[in-house]
Amino acid sequence: MSPTNESAQEPLVASVLVARNLAKAFGSNVVLRDIDIDIRRGQVVALIGPSGSGKTTVLRSLNGLEIPDAGTVTFGSGDDSAELAIDFGAKVGKKEVAALRDRSAMVFQHYNLFPHMTVLKNIIEGPVQVQKRPRAEAIADAERLLERVGLADKRDAYPFELSGGQQQRVGIVRALALKPQLLLFDEPTSALDPELVGDVLGVIKELAEEGWTMVIVTHELAFAQHVADEVIFMDGGVVVERGPAAEVLREPRQERTKLFVKRLQHDV
Amino acid sequence: MNWDLIWSSFGPLITGAVTGTIPLTLASFAIGLVLALVVALMRLSPNWFLSGIGRFYVSVIRGTPLLVQLFVIFYGLPSIGVKLDPWPSAIIAFSLNVGGYAAEIIRAAILSVPKGQWEAGHTIGMSRPQALVRIILPQAARVSVPPLSNTFISLVKDTSLASLILVTELFRNAQQIAAFSQEFMALYLQAALVYWVICLVLSTAQSAVEKRLDRYVAH
Repeated sequence: MSPTNESAQEPLVASVLVARNLAKAFGSNVVLRDIDIDIRRGQVVALIGPSGSGKTTVLRSLNGLEIPDAGTVTFGSGDDSAELAIDFGAKVGKKEVAALRDRSAMVFQHYNLFPHMTVLKNIIEGPVQVQKRPRAEAIADAERLLERVGLADKRDAYPFELSGGQQQRVGIVRALALKPQLLLFDEPTSALDPELVGDVLGVIKELAEEGWTMVIVTHELAFAQHVADEVIFMDGGVVVERGPAAEVLREPRQERTKLFVKRLQHDV
Repeated sequence: MNWDLIWSSFGPLITGAVTGTIPLTLASFAIGLVLALVVALMRLSPNWFLSGIGRFYVSVIRGTPLLVQLFVIFYGLPSIGVKLDPWPSAIIAFSLNVGGYAAEIIRAAILSVPKGQWEAGHTIGMSRPQALVRIILPQAARVSVPPLSNTFISLVKDTSLASLILVTELFRNAQQIAAFSQEFMALYLQAALVYWVICLVLSTAQSAVEKRLDRYVAH
């Protein structure tokens, strides 16, 4: 389950991911400018900022769902994978994008479960069809993960039979089943009814405690402060402020961060 | 009214359906669907040349009468040295026709699947073709069953046009018996009845398929 079994032998600051100078524009509209991100093994990074700030674009770039115009992404070597460096300034082919996706797994705001597959099939689709792992092993893994998030009895249900909170937990399990180096969450609770948010945040918190490396785009500042090691505040396509969660959220230095944090806390 | 003749005519009409109408429909629909999928994917391709060919094909098929298409293939092609028998001519014409109409249905069905489904497929590591086959097409299939059933049922009736290029099928048999017996009203009504029964069976089958594909959708 935990990806950090051997972390004792690893250097403490082993980077899972280093992104440098990510930039992207749609026509004259600049969405990302010179974004640098460092993510260490076992670290949880929260990306916050107003809508349109570029935080989701950063997240999607790490998974190759968006291709930046420039910048580099380097994944450190994992348990059974070599270092992977991608330069978006050069031509990025299908192979590079596939390699990038191999390292991380994404949890979507709207779950994006496959509606024509049962819960179990949703989870084993990647491991069996893409990673070519033995079906029986993938099923055993999936069942164990479902048990963990309290959905063992939903194994054979179709997504439409589940609540939003249950669907999102399946979404998380589907990502975990790929055994990625890095988990990416794109506003995982934004589409949920308020009373279901807690379940999903609870699961994410457990994963953090287990040592999974994660990047989370979120509006839940209290949760970010609780779970994240580092908070990055973005606005207008640039990183405005970054630092330890408590510092950025409680004593922001930048005016824009102060305003944002204040406004969001007023809403709550 | 020659009731004996009317009763005994059902035999040849049903034989015509079983050996002509039905196999012609099935073969043309199967080939037409494969063609339609290829054309739909061409039209969705970012390559302007491929999508242009796809658009041109759909435009020609939908913009010209099926009867004219049949005649061009059977009576027209021999003048440029391509001589085809009635059956191959009919299958080619009907397949091309189904291909044109069904391509638009399949294209629309693929576009109706939310973009997030492609992304979810990619994020678990699938290539575009893999996501298309495993994730997108099964969902597009559900959407396209009702309109494809329309195409299929139209095709059953359109195959009567094959009688005009000498294919022995239901309607041609009806015409021949009517011609020598002079019982036009009876024979053509009988032919209509047999077509109707075939289409009723197909409508029932359509409902069953829809029900099966709807099992993963909230009601």
